[in-house]
Amino acid sequence: MSKHHDSHELPFWRKYIFSTDHKVIGIQYAVTGLLFLLFGFCLMMLIRWQLAYPGKPLPLIGGLFSETAMIGGIMLPEFYNQLGAMHGTIMVFMGVVPLAVGGFGNFVLPLQIGAPDMAFPKLNMISYWLYFVGGLIMFASFFVPGGAAQSGWTSYPPLSVLASGGQTWWLIGMAFLINSSLLGSINFIVTTIQLRAEGLSFYRLPFFVWAQFVTAFLLLLAFPPLMAAAVLQLMDRLAGASFFMPSGLVVNGVSSAVAGGGNPILWQHLFWFLAHPEVYVLILPAMGIVAEIIACNTRKPLYGYKALVGSVISIGFLSFIVWAHHMYLTGMGTKMSAFFQITTMIISIPSIIILTSLMLSLWGGSIRFTAPMLFAVAFLPMFGIGGLTGLPLGLTAADIHLHDTYYVIGHFHYVVAPGTIFALFAGIYYWFPKATGRKMSEVLGRIHFWLSFIFMNGVFMPMFIQGLAGVSRRLYDPMQYAHAQPTQVLNVFMSISAWCLGLSQIPFIINFFKSIFWGERVNNNPWAATTLEWSAPSPPPHGNFVKPPQVYRGPYEYSVPGSKNGYIPQDAVEAGSHV
Amino acid sequence: MPFRLECQWKGFKLAEKYYGWGFPVDISTNGAQIDNLIYIVHGLMAILFVGWMVFLVYALLRFRQRPGHEAEYKPHHHFKVPTFVEVAVAITEVVLLCAFSFPIWHQVKKEFPSKENSLEVRVVAEQFAWNIHYSGKDGIFGKTDPKLMNAMNPLGLDPGDLAGKDDITSLNQLHIPVNKSVIVHLSSKDVIHSFALPVMRVKQDAVPGQSIPIWFEATKAGNFEIACAQLCGLGHYRMRGFFMVEDGDKFSAWLTEQEAKKLAQAPAAV
Repeated sequence: MSKHHDSHELPFWRKYIFSTDHKVIGIQYAVTGLLFLLFGFCLMMLIRWQLAYPGKPLPLIGGLFSETAMIGGIMLPEFYNQLGAMHGTIMVFMGVVPLAVGGFGNFVLPLQIGAPDMAFPKLNMISYWLYFVGGLIMFASFFVPGGAAQSGWTSYPPLSVLASGGQTWWLIGMAFLINSSLLGSINFIVTTIQLRAEGLSFYRLPFFVWAQFVTAFLLLLAFPPLMAAAVLQLMDRLAGASFFMPSGLVVNGVSSAVAGGGNPILWQHLFWFLAHPEVYVLILPAMGIVAEIIACNTRKPLYGYKALVGSVISIGFLSFIVWAHHMYLTGMGTKMSAFFQITTMIISIPSIIILTSLMLSLWGGSIRFTAPMLFAVAFLPMFGIGGLTGLPLGLTAADIHLHDTYYVIGHFHYVVAPGTIFALFAGIYYWFPKATGRKMSEVLGRIHFWLSFIFMNGVFMPMFIQGLAGVSRRLYDPMQYAHAQPTQVLNVFMSISAWCLGLSQIPFIINFFKSIFWGERVNNNPWAATTLEWSAPSPPPHGNFVKPPQVYRGPYEYSVPGSKNGYIPQDAVEAGSHV
Repeated sequence: MPFRLECQWKGFKLAEKYYGWGFPVDISTNGAQIDNLIYIVHGLMAILFVGWMVFLVYALLRFRQRPGHEAEYKPHHHFKVPTFVEVAVAITEVVLLCAFSFPIWHQVKKEFPSKENSLEVRVVAEQFAWNIHYSGKDGIFGKTDPKLMNAMNPLGLDPGDLAGKDDITSLNQLHIPVNKSVIVHLSSKDVIHSFALPVMRVKQDAVPGQSIPIWFEATKAGNFEIACAQLCGLGHYRMRGFFMVEDGDKFSAWLTEQEAKKLAQAPAAV
């Protein structure tokens, strides 16, 4: 287990740029992911202008855009569609997943299992750089003729095959991101199985490690079909193939030259076979982070640790057999839809077990309302709303009215934005002292939390009202439809909330940079936590631990009667452990 | 610009009458069941959510850190499963599936009305309009061929096919009679669209290369709209069609008028 590491100083570019150290790579992933989150959010703030004030010129910055995006500050529909497609792609594939898996997974997982590094450090470095190149390609696609991809983040053919050049860049960018995830996921699986510290059995793993472990399997098994699908769509676009193009297409009144014989629904199956497990890739690491923070800040063991682990494993399996619930209205009959409805209802059970266990964990605790805890606690009701609103969408009969409306947008944003992103913020506040040796400001953290909490709900709650009124998603100008007009006033409300939400991130950005240099210096274990990462120095040196840790007990031994400090770290030689 | 303003003005009038912050008005035979299901599910969701919230707020207040208060160490909780909520949710879901979702979906998807007693219509979507195709007096749709599609003949009707001589086509105007079941054969010429009639609680993707049948029956007359629910390109937002539900007599009169128009044009076209 013990590995001797080089004591000589590495040159700057090997230490900070092409580093093989999991902590540097984790921070690289996290910072890049945060930048993409900000960029994707900026795209959304532009969209919100058009939705609130359709056809009105964008003030102040409207003149900065080229003629292909805005004319006199008035957004063009093709630019609107680009913003929509790229917002989704960037947030999911380049923001949340890299931060949750690449960032937190890389930084925290090896520390929590007491490993000196990931199992394959060079593979880890390649994984980050593939992601970086994929991100650059996606970003650059805004500047190619015809602009970025504009067929939605789902890229349904034939629309995507017929679309302008940016779609090719999207597919190539996705290929890089997919391969980055594959390399990363293999690394996580091998590291978790092989490099656990002495005495750290699977049932002593922190829940965060379990969540990352299952997530890695999802990435490993779900992404290859999308890779295949992306190559097929690339062939359709570039080589005249017709995997997704049926015969007899007439586009713009002209008979299309494609060979035909393909089926556009095939893409949807391949895409959602990835993209549904991907939803759990977004949420499981978030649940892991929240569980760690709740255990530490309630000062008591988690409720139902084994139920949590069992649930996360069953979610992993079930997430592969629910994908077609995104496709109820493609012409699905009764048998297929019955199967996918049943699996969809079944997968809600382990999700509710996780949520309920986390809530019950609060009972009997001594709850510290630190900045990370505020975000972690808010995750519970927010994810609750996101999960519950999935129910009517999972029932085919109710889905007829709600499918492709703003109800869907509200549903998955509650899961990912005030759900996952709140958990990610919680994780940043929580592990910041480990990465830097300094704590972030509590006051700015609280301001950031309360403003974000209010405005997040201001953005997403009205979407359910619009959805019930039947307003379709992806409308450049909702005023065109009579049934969308009564709820237009909500668009103004949501847009103002979204811009305020943008402003609410300023305290976080200030806090982040200020704390790196001037934050309060803290010891190795500022939260009085039990898991292994807090036994390492802050920031941990190359190789992480001063000596390889030996684990004696389970992960959450808080408030143990008769213990020295009121808690017993996993690697402390002390009597009085039960697990 | 004047056209757009007029559209908006008309829209506002419609909006006041049929649409608001809740469901759009329901004028279909199937809609009430779908709405009921959505209401019931939301009621159950509200019960669970309020329950969670009461618990959460109470727990946060009661167990907040303060002098003299200590956390309880309950390691046996490690092995517990919160069964009560799960069993309740599971039973509720079985009921929702078996009593509501399965039967309603079966009715919408499988229990088609007989063709003799229904009006059959073809709807062919394209970027960014709805082509409506009625079979005319003979009740038989004329043959169509994508190769024959052009601006004058958007459906690609074969002029050599006698069955197509009396066929009626219209752009973006779907007229149907009230209180009579309608079967729509839905397809698309180019990309995937989604044919949505919010007031009928009808939505179905139009997939190129496939013809998908749907059915519905209107219970009230009025002028409503067809919406496209699936992103189909630049003009997706304005792919609005008009959906006119008319009394039987008015609908017949409209059909007769269209037939007369078609006959008047026919010699010139040939």
